[in-house]
Amino acid sequence: MADLPLSRRHLLGGAAVLGLSALPLVRARAAGNLTVGFIYVGPKDDYGYNQAHAKGAAALKALPGIQVVEEENVRETTDVQKTMESMINLDSAGLIFPTSFGYFDPHVLIEAKKNPKVQFRHCGGLWTESNPKNAGSYFGYIAQGQYLNGIVAAHASRSKKLGFVAAKPIPQVLNNVNGFLLGARSVDPAITLQVIFTGEWSLAVKEAEATNALIDGGADVITCHVDSPKVVVETAARRGAFACGYHADQSALAKDKYLTGAEWNWASIYKGFVADMQAGRAPPNFLRGGLADGFVKMSPYGPAVSEAARRNADAVKAEMMKGGFAIIRGPLKDNKGNEIAPAGRTYAENAIELEKTNYLVEGVKGSA
Amino acid sequence: MVADTAPHTAPQAASRGSEPANPPAALQVRAWLARRSEAVAIPLAAVAAGFLLFSLFLLALGKSPLGFLDIVWRGGFGSPFALQNSLQRAAPLLFAALCVALPARLGLVVIGGEGAIVLGGVAAAAASQPLAGAPPLLAIPLMALAAAAAGAVWIGAVGALRAYRGVNETIASLLMSYIAIALSNHLIEGLLRDPQSLNKPSTRPIGEAFAVGPMPGMDVHWGLGIGILACLAAYLLTERTTIGFAARIAGGNVRAARIQGLPVGRLVTTFTALGGACAALAGFFEVAAVHSNANASLVAGFGYTGILVAFLARQNPLAILPVAFLLGGIEASSGLIQRRMQLPDATVLVLEGILFLAVLLSETLYGRFRVFSPHLWAGKRAAAGVPATVQA
Repeated sequence: MADLPLSRRHLLGGAAVLGLSALPLVRARAAGNLTVGFIYVGPKDDYGYNQAHAKGAAALKALPGIQVVEEENVRETTDVQKTMESMINLDSAGLIFPTSFGYFDPHVLIEAKKNPKVQFRHCGGLWTESNPKNAGSYFGYIAQGQYLNGIVAAHASRSKKLGFVAAKPIPQVLNNVNGFLLGARSVDPAITLQVIFTGEWSLAVKEAEATNALIDGGADVITCHVDSPKVVVETAARRGAFACGYHADQSALAKDKYLTGAEWNWASIYKGFVADMQAGRAPPNFLRGGLADGFVKMSPYGPAVSEAARRNADAVKAEMMKGGFAIIRGPLKDNKGNEIAPAGRTYAENAIELEKTNYLVEGVKGSA
Repeated sequence: MVADTAPHTAPQAASRGSEPANPPAALQVRAWLARRSEAVAIPLAAVAAGFLLFSLFLLALGKSPLGFLDIVWRGGFGSPFALQNSLQRAAPLLFAALCVALPARLGLVVIGGEGAIVLGGVAAAAASQPLAGAPPLLAIPLMALAAAAAGAVWIGAVGALRAYRGVNETIASLLMSYIAIALSNHLIEGLLRDPQSLNKPSTRPIGEAFAVGPMPGMDVHWGLGIGILACLAAYLLTERTTIGFAARIAGGNVRAARIQGLPVGRLVTTFTALGGACAALAGFFEVAAVHSNANASLVAGFGYTGILVAFLARQNPLAILPVAFLLGGIEASSGLIQRRMQLPDATVLVLEGILFLAVLLSETLYGRFRVFSPHLWAGKRAAAGVPATVQA
């Protein structure tokens, strides 16, 4: 489809009665420039998953020769295909980031085949060699951040009970739950973690109920893995419990009850991809990294974090920055008593087995 | 409760009874046109008034209403791409709106179509598994049938609860929708889960052989064509059959219908089941034409937008067609509105909400304008013979 001329004549019948002047429409892209499209499944100011990506997008806006177009609340149906086509046809987007996990199959795959000259990079690590070469995926080892959250939480907790509000029992979420508890247990092996699955990525009422239930059950530090941690963090702080953040920085929502948080740092990936495009190269098809690669970062420590906690977490973080840090270390059992790793067996952050995690480690109450 | 066609039928009957000699054909046509134009003019005026209100909202934000209309035009209607985008979005809305409009004939407000859509999608995906290897021309209709049956049972149960146990159908359908989604999630993440789907739990794929393709010459799947046929069939059912007539009677006055011996319970169950079956077909097409398996993306809110479509169409299955197209177009342009006007996505929701309220408020206007009175146009003698109160 060719670009549409920006004539203002195609007004809906009857509209002219309004007699108001049309807004000058901004024409995207001049020759040689790159238009980058970002698509979000929720609102881009959700204090969570989508905001983390929108922050990455905002970092690109400042770069010369880059035009950023964004759409929020795009459903994981044909809607997202049409959004991608619209960005390509009307805005001449050359690089598109459909950021929600559910956009990949079939939507990104279909559009990548249809538009071989456009590059698609999807967040989530789903791309394989058999997929179109102009598509790709990127993801980060954020369980490292949850491990550090766990260390800080262990120092802050008096009840030795922690709480986790989780969306769905899928490998990425289970790795975060396990990481959080194992981090805490590296400080105090007596600590336990109660997890509640809400079943949905975004379900504010249930998230609030789960947070309250966890605190009623004695938990005094809460973290989560849902699209928007806003409700969990706010509810925890209101109930007087500490909160560890996720996805983005939620410190503004909990003030001194916010300990720290595991955040995405997409800006570094996006800048790299854009630099590739401007140099005439295709960005990498498959990219993963953690703290050491700058894909993940931690929120600044809140005022309630003790000096000992900071030193402890900083020391482990320094280990992680060297690469190859293993959260899952044998001997380790799951919470049903089955052995996950024998003594001496370790799974570093990039271990492919972690993509198939289907267990909760010993000490986690709840079932996957 | 939203008024149905009762205000139109009453003057019709009255005018027939009051015409001693048949007026000339031209006058009859004029009278017919006058009566029909009311049903078109009032909703159009309501939409225009709603947009005027929305313009104030835009002006308050410092944005131009004309620029907004221009973008809606270009994003939703102004090019083949935009048109297909709108039609694609309209397709599931047709089915979802029928789930509201069919029970509305009986005076029921059913708002649980979302659950039937999701359940229908899961049923279609589940049915595809034992059918593997069967000829697609047999298997695809069977999958659709499985979906429709699931939806019919689900929403039909809401109707049965209403008819035989007096449970409020609005609340029941909404709660049943939550249960349907929870049940679907349970099946997708448990019994029906494809072990290959790690981080996005899904059922096993239906297989390429069973995929429903695009309609000829368009980038829009067959859900649109079947959806249009479903709306036409629903119109014929409600307006041109004895069952439809009986349903309208029961919708107008249940006690009168019972005294007449109409099987109100069965009518309620049938119409809610049909509505559920329609909604479930939307889920079938999402699975068979879009996702190729059932997963959490089926919960996309079509069922709720369908409520809006049905009410804007005043529960008339034929009017659902243009309304779904209009809303599809507005939603299709939502992306351009975000990108070109730097307005948030919620802008379109605000517009839809204002239009919804305007059309609901306009319900009070029917029969108030003499210009639409058939008697005015059918000749003076006829007009004089009918007391004004008959129309009220």
